[in-house]
Amino acid sequence: MSKGELRDVTLVEAVNLALHWEMEHDENVVVLGEDIATNGGVFRATVGLKEKFGFKRVMDTPLAENLIAGTSVGMATQGLKPVAEFQFMGFIYAGMEQIVSHAARMRNRTRGRLHCPIVYRAPFGGGIHAPEHHSESTEALFAHIPGLRVVIPSSPQRAYGLLLAAIRNPDPVIFLEPKRLYRAVTQSVENNGEALPLDTCFTLREGDDVTLITWGPCVMETLQAADKLAHQGVSCEVIDVATVSPLDRETLLCSVAKTGRAVIIHEACRNGGVGAEIAASLAESAFLDLQAPVVRVTGYDTVMPYYRNEAAYLPQVEDIVEAVEQVIAL
Amino acid sequence: MRQRHEFHVDSTRYLDDHGKPLDDLPALAGDTERVLAAYRNMVLTRTFDSKVIALQRTGKCGTYASVLGHEVIGTAIGQSMAKTDVFVPYYRDQAVHTLRGLSLRDMMLYWGGDERGSANWENCPEDLPIAVPIATQCCHAVGVASAIRIRGEERAVVCCVGDGGTSKGDFLESINLAGAWHLPVVFVAINNQWAISTPRSLQTGAETIAQKAISAGLPGHAVDGNDYFAASEVLDTALERARGGKGATLIEAVTYRLGDHTTADDATRYRTAEDLKRAWEKDGVKRLQNWLHDNDLWDADKEKTLQADCKTRVEKAVEEYLATEPQPPTAMVDYLFETLPPALQAQRERIAAKYRGGES
Repeated sequence: MSKGELRDVTLVEAVNLALHWEMEHDENVVVLGEDIATNGGVFRATVGLKEKFGFKRVMDTPLAENLIAGTSVGMATQGLKPVAEFQFMGFIYAGMEQIVSHAARMRNRTRGRLHCPIVYRAPFGGGIHAPEHHSESTEALFAHIPGLRVVIPSSPQRAYGLLLAAIRNPDPVIFLEPKRLYRAVTQSVENNGEALPLDTCFTLREGDDVTLITWGPCVMETLQAADKLAHQGVSCEVIDVATVSPLDRETLLCSVAKTGRAVIIHEACRNGGVGAEIAASLAESAFLDLQAPVVRVTGYDTVMPYYRNEAAYLPQVEDIVEAVEQVIAL
Repeated sequence: MRQRHEFHVDSTRYLDDHGKPLDDLPALAGDTERVLAAYRNMVLTRTFDSKVIALQRTGKCGTYASVLGHEVIGTAIGQSMAKTDVFVPYYRDQAVHTLRGLSLRDMMLYWGGDERGSANWENCPEDLPIAVPIATQCCHAVGVASAIRIRGEERAVVCCVGDGGTSKGDFLESINLAGAWHLPVVFVAINNQWAISTPRSLQTGAETIAQKAISAGLPGHAVDGNDYFAASEVLDTALERARGGKGATLIEAVTYRLGDHTTADDATRYRTAEDLKRAWEKDGVKRLQNWLHDNDLWDADKEKTLQADCKTRVEKAVEEYLATEPQPPTAMVDYLFETLPPALQAQRERIAAKYRGGES
């Protein structure tokens, strides 16, 4: 794998680069999941790893998500750093008990004697015309669980740096990869093994009139909306939350103190979503800075429709523009 | 053309209900030191058990799961394991834990509502803590065994699960992986006939639990879990096989839960006094004691001394347990992550302020 600056890297290729880098530099890193070794993963995120590191460290598992989640716990207690792939987020639920009841609390229940440096990777979100159960965005389920980190990259560079950080982190990380963005854009990626911080939001664009708070696949539409609004003379600050749990409230509060307005955009349904936690935090700590109510642009409180109707479910650029116009008018 | 696949499940027993040999005993019966140590551990565990139940009844301990009826299989497991092997327990493994080197105080702390009961296992630092969610530990066991296999070490993992646990996917998925990956792990399904109130007959239509191994490509072996010699022999063989890279084994240890499920349960609601009486007649601790007597290795004086010694040890542990101050409330967030994330610092400060003097 080439070192140094690589041009035209997609998000899924950046994931692959980070896995190669870390497996090469840390012999305790192992990769496991369904179809990830010989096939290189259904999205090809793990291509080339088996050839380079062998079956011992790159393991095709039986088709059992609960087992993948729980085996990783056992491996981690032995000092390995498993990076486990769930083929789609819609299949992660079988592993929920292992993630919630064991990975997230092994350190706590042994007072630090054992811990779980595990990364659970899963492609998430809609927009690729997949069959049912293949388009879920249920990050809020995991953000609610103490002891877990939930990290969501939205660009090739951040996928590379955040995945390295997630693997090196000594605690379990749910790493959700927006599959709509897997090959949507390319970026230059510096393949130098440098990780990004896990406790910080990324301010992608500075602005004065309104703060647009988003993560994952919706970062794309949010940036497009910010462009459109700039033409209308509205200056948007765009923040990619990226680490939705634990949440960097400080960056969000500072931004809202400056702009006085906030719109939260996420693909997941609205009820009990991470957006609700952010809105509540702004209400608790930035009430006097706010010049308008916090508004959310989200998926609807329904199951993800089959793909003929998925565009109607997903937040669109015009939905974001409309929400901003609404808060600016106040 | 038809092809027929045949399988079998062996079942081992050496002693009758009174401790009389039914057959030539395995060589380990000649290891007097081991057998006497086994008996001592069984009595210690039983003494510990009745004391903790008494503590619970007097409000000095939380809900507790009695080990009564598991002393023999637990002792056999603890003795067959090497220090470098890894134990993956469920919640009725007190007889193994005493042999893994856990202090009686720490065992009380766990049931007494203190996470530190699973913290300082300096004699077995790699052993997994007690797993409460049924059978989930089976997946951890194959994970640990995978790490051992990846590193090419000559060590093995022992994982205990109850008869109820063998109904769960975690168990079936884990024995399946152990077969597919040829892992150094021994599963011991401790069939005590009851999953709280649900009898063994409602868990599975299979004649034995041991035969579930066959679907996973493993040898399955049923053993009288109240027969110390049978249990020890089968465990020794399975562990040697695992450490030697020859793969996993499923052992079904047949016993009977002589107590309630936990101190919060009342087994008289679902089982008869007659059933319980019959089970006591097969008690493995008494059986081994009889065998020791018959072989002039034990007498009333030795028994008296042992009972007194166990009582002293347990009483001392109770004193230490009761004298252990609770952790400060801030400890509830201090072990969640290696480093407390900034997002949690304000909550920690709030806890510290609310419970003044509660800072560690």
